[in-house]
Amino acid sequence: MAKVTIDGIVVEVASGSTILQAAEQAGIEIPRFCYHERLSIAGNCRMCLVEVEKTPPKPIASCGYPVADGMVVHTDSPMVRKGRRGVMEFLLINHPLDCPICDQGGECDLQDQAMGFGADHSRYDENKRAVPDKNLGPLVKTSMNRCIHCTRCIRFITEVAGVPDLGATARGEHMEVGTYVEKALGSELSGNIIDLCPVGALTSKPYAFVARPWELAKVDSIDVLDAIGTNIRIDARGTEVLRILPRINEDVNEEWLGDKSRFAMDGLKRRRLDRPWVRENGKLRAATWDQAFAAIAAKLKTLQGDRIGAIAGDLCDAESVLALKDLLANLGSTNVDCRQDGARLDATRRDFYCFNTSIAGIEEADAILIVGSNPRKEAPVLNARIRKAWLASGMPIGLIGSETDLTYAVTHLGASPSALTDLHTGAHDFAKILANAKKPMIIVGQGALARPDGSAILAAAWRLAAHVGALSADWHGFNVLHTAAGRVGALDLGFVPGPNGKSVDAMLDGGVDLLWLLGADGFDPARIASGTFVVYQGHHGDAGAQRADVILPGAAYTEKSGTYVNTEGRAQRAFKAVYPPGEAREDWTILRAFSAIVGKTLPYDTIEALRTRMEQIHPAFGRVGFLPRFGCSDHSGPAGDPAVLSDAPLVSTVANYYVTDPISRSSPTMAACIAAQDQTALAAE
Amino acid sequence: MAATNGPAFEQPASFAFDADSEAEITKIVARYPVGKQASAVIPALYIVQKQMKRDTGSAWVPLKGMDAVGARLGMPPIRVYEVATFYFMFNMKPIGKYHLQVCTTTPCWLRGSDAVTEACQHATGIRNFGDTSADGLFTMTEVECLGACVNAPILQVDDDFYEDMDTEKVNALLAALRRGERPAPGSMTGRQTSAPDGGATTLNTLQFAPEG
Amino acid sequence: MLLDKDRIFTNLYGQHDPFLKGARSRGDWDNTVAILSRGRDAIIQEMKDSGLRGRGGAGFPTGLKWSFMPKQSDRPCYLVVNGDESEPGTCKDRDILRHDPHKLIEGCLVAGFAMGATAAYIYVRGEFYNEIMAVQHAIDEAYEAGLIGKNACGSGYDYDVFLHRGAGAYICGEETALIESLEGKKGMPRMKPPFPAGVGLYGCPSTVNNVESIAVAPTILRRGAAWFTSLGRPNNAGQKLFCISGHVNKPCNVEEELGIPLRELIERYAGGVRGGWDNLLAIIPGGASVPLLPKSICDEVLMDFDSLRAVRSGLGTAAVIVMDKSTDIIKAIARLSKFYMHESCGQCTPCREGTGWMWRVMTRMVEGRATSDEIDTLEAVTRQIEGHTICALGDAAAWPIQGLIRHFRPVMEERIAAYRKKPMPMAAE
Repeated sequence: MAKVTIDGIVVEVASGSTILQAAEQAGIEIPRFCYHERLSIAGNCRMCLVEVEKTPPKPIASCGYPVADGMVVHTDSPMVRKGRRGVMEFLLINHPLDCPICDQGGECDLQDQAMGFGADHSRYDENKRAVPDKNLGPLVKTSMNRCIHCTRCIRFITEVAGVPDLGATARGEHMEVGTYVEKALGSELSGNIIDLCPVGALTSKPYAFVARPWELAKVDSIDVLDAIGTNIRIDARGTEVLRILPRINEDVNEEWLGDKSRFAMDGLKRRRLDRPWVRENGKLRAATWDQAFAAIAAKLKTLQGDRIGAIAGDLCDAESVLALKDLLANLGSTNVDCRQDGARLDATRRDFYCFNTSIAGIEEADAILIVGSNPRKEAPVLNARIRKAWLASGMPIGLIGSETDLTYAVTHLGASPSALTDLHTGAHDFAKILANAKKPMIIVGQGALARPDGSAILAAAWRLAAHVGALSADWHGFNVLHTAAGRVGALDLGFVPGPNGKSVDAMLDGGVDLLWLLGADGFDPARIASGTFVVYQGHHGDAGAQRADVILPGAAYTEKSGTYVNTEGRAQRAFKAVYPPGEAREDWTILRAFSAIVGKTLPYDTIEALRTRMEQIHPAFGRVGFLPRFGCSDHSGPAGDPAVLSDAPLVSTVANYYVTDPISRSSPTMAACIAAQDQTALAAE
Repeated sequence: MAATNGPAFEQPASFAFDADSEAEITKIVARYPVGKQASAVIPALYIVQKQMKRDTGSAWVPLKGMDAVGARLGMPPIRVYEVATFYFMFNMKPIGKYHLQVCTTTPCWLRGSDAVTEACQHATGIRNFGDTSADGLFTMTEVECLGACVNAPILQVDDDFYEDMDTEKVNALLAALRRGERPAPGSMTGRQTSAPDGGATTLNTLQFAPEG
Repeated sequence: MLLDKDRIFTNLYGQHDPFLKGARSRGDWDNTVAILSRGRDAIIQEMKDSGLRGRGGAGFPTGLKWSFMPKQSDRPCYLVVNGDESEPGTCKDRDILRHDPHKLIEGCLVAGFAMGATAAYIYVRGEFYNEIMAVQHAIDEAYEAGLIGKNACGSGYDYDVFLHRGAGAYICGEETALIESLEGKKGMPRMKPPFPAGVGLYGCPSTVNNVESIAVAPTILRRGAAWFTSLGRPNNAGQKLFCISGHVNKPCNVEEELGIPLRELIERYAGGVRGGWDNLLAIIPGGASVPLLPKSICDEVLMDFDSLRAVRSGLGTAAVIVMDKSTDIIKAIARLSKFYMHESCGQCTPCREGTGWMWRVMTRMVEGRATSDEIDTLEAVTRQIEGHTICALGDAAAWPIQGLIRHFRPVMEERIAAYRKKPMPMAAE
């Protein structure tokens, strides 16, 4: 520890801290452009200058200068103010005066700090520098005249995203940030450089000239386009979601957001179900809520409970899932399932289906085995955490599945699940690495589970985890990486077939006569037996709606309050940012209303009452935002015989990162990303 | 495929190190610790430039050459682009057969580098620095201090310094180059390297042990 | 005046064989193992006692620098030799590289041994192609003769010497930029701390020394610290290579004692100022980075670190750039501004933006197309750059202009006034 005096305030900070960190601890904000706490230190902007007593009489860049015991620092001395004013003047001489047409306006670090350190006039009489703009693909718009060369974007793309596409070419005042050879950024996290850019050099292409930040209503929410539960802020104006940004949550997403989660929201405006529809004589006809409900009620009248079933989709909030389960129960059915992709998840014990190590826990691990997952495509933010841990420790990472660039070095152990047996018997060298690791992790992806031998793979992975010491009283190294935001919540609520209940396969194969699809679009609707009466409740006219006999328009995640449990098992709350379009309604209220029509009224009138019931079913819903970590003392594994593994290669369930769900499938921006991806692939050939 | 910085011109469709180049790279990579082969990026870019000179008569570094360096040294292409564009001695576009590099920094300027520039312009028809003569023989580049200031002004042709230049000496040199001759580099006044004109005034009293 | 017998660089002008045979006849590699057998501490102490100050420009005591290297290290340690000689006016290392390469290589061995290094990398600017060929040849000879490599000079010490060619970037003469460049990156200076002695080349302890500093080490160790301190002046010990360029009758390099009067240096060795001493306008005494001195100061000043510092200039690399009265002094300095703009790496805001600004204003000052207020602005801009950047290039860009304004402001004012008197070009009338 070092005792440092900053502007008269004495703070004790860890040795090795920088002056800037110490100042933060003292509650003193030091202006900066290039410094970012999650990136390496560049020290190039020179805005964070401070004066340190007993050093040569010149200002020091506080971002990179280590503290020493007894150091006395001044952050507001005449020398410091003069230094910062000088730096600000230099930054502005070649910065265009285009704030009125700059999308960064109102949330621009340069603008803000110019208020503090800028002069009221310019002494620069020469021409300003002109820098050609770069084409970085469909997501990031560039206006390179505005670039102040802080290199945050380069450092993010290189260090965090691990896709070294960006650099600074040439030198001196001719230095330019870009890809040099024109290409779209190849990272799933590229949008974060928009947030990182302290000026308007990098802005959102889809959001260009759309709104000013002060016009927007900002609502905290949770992303649902993967299962990480990234904390987001939804910026809306009127009924329209205009922008999605990450919020900081150190335990989940730090401050990053995947490109799909950031940019797919234009899919919320397209192909929406904004009114009920009823199929008559083979054709869908616009209907009223009463007519739609009546049509379902009429069908239900003819059916026994066990001929009714429901499947919950990937984007469902826990509230509507429970309401649907309760409705089915009231109708006498336990035919419910949330595993629409057929994943052989075992819901009997929570640690059989959760990412037990936790996302932040990845940083403690000293070896990882990935089975049947491509975390880069399935959960880019989590993948960045793996990369971060790997960069810090250089830990060995093994992969069973298709060989691909995960942005860190992996040992490829084979494509088929038989590698798990080899690891268990010690036939493979990597077995020793896992066995010697103090905190090994095994990550099982949906690609390993959504297949006929999924139960066997799950059991084999668990057995290996137990075998290599990944399960102990203070470390739980067994992890399931989900891709569906609603999946863990639904499993927690028991949205799986009850005793004698029918699974997804059985329901699709004609096991039920009325099938209620709650946002379930993840399978080929042609698999539904022809005589089955289908109710589709959801927000997009996607696969499920095409097959429906009755369509009930629901709300997308931006349009309802809801609880989502992420892959770790962390319950998080999203708030409603805008109203659902047209006659669409929040989903649990639709189910509540329908329950009354059929005389099976659900016992909750408010969302609070519904949430109380959720808590009664599973305590996870009572600790929103909080994730207790458990070790594992009970080593008995999930159902499944680890010996019956097939030879079929493991393939990630996410074929293309940009389209995985009804929202991203409707997004023109995501379509543009795919086009750019294809073009890059073509150019590489 | 076009670079976003700099003018567009035709890039070769491919580049591969030939046997000579590969042998040279292998030798150079061995100078650096295992895993630090990126240290060889500057030498490797020189090798590309030299091979282009062998293959095409023009010493420059094409995109595919930079990609080949990246692949050979295990570096992402952008890191190679950064290096190639940062250092001034890599020609990022084709140049003429002879690269006339005129030092115009103050010590050379004080000794008449303007006359050297003008003589080069006059003899080659090149108007501006960076341009190549119509016959493709010469490219004239303005360079910063070459580190031979007591022999100013300097005209560097490819790798060789021609020192103590003036208008006549430039004319003679360029004429010789046109004839396909390569005059010996060094001072064009015939003085002994950096010794004062007329002969060294020091080091004349020393007796060395017999050589060998 | 330095006598030939006390000169270190006895083949400065290349009259003799620069390679092993010739070098040995001049005393290089003479019982080097005896020097090594004194041990690390004794060598460093001798270097400290000699008072040798770094010959690359900053003048930091060489022995002290060596002593910063860890006594024990579980990582390899490196000596990095800075032969990126690019400071305008400076061409001394070139002569060592091409005419006395064995002094450098032997210096690499004794210096590297003293600091516990496993290898030396000699970084030479890319333009010195022929010099590089000479050094490489000398390295090959030294390996072959067993002077370096395994069991160097029979000392039992394994030591490698490698040559690395730069590619045209003045900034790589800055020690951390040089390390970055050697690692295969752009030559962008690193922030200090950490210093190279802790975290240098490949993250390992490293020391970066100028070619001349290393090349003089074997002779100092042979002849002793007392001999070296008997030359020069207190705190400015020994002899040094001077480069005398510009408006002198016989530009040349010469080895002389530190503290020699500037006027004597020029008149004795460089044939005097063109047109006589009274025709002198100003001198840049230590390479382009240091502020110029008007004739009045040149009349008396001594050529050493402290004397030049006292007149608000510096010894730098001891590159003396002489300008006679025919010189357009504003243009001479403006050209240096262009140099620094061209050579700025672009990393730090003040240098990246400020060097271009200064050059553009200087360009107008050459014409007189400015106001006298702008001289103040220009001065202010130099102060905003100086001391505000990671490395000293910002300072180096600022100082020549500060020197110009300090000593030649009236000339700038006159130029502006003259421009104003010129008939304005006719507007569309």
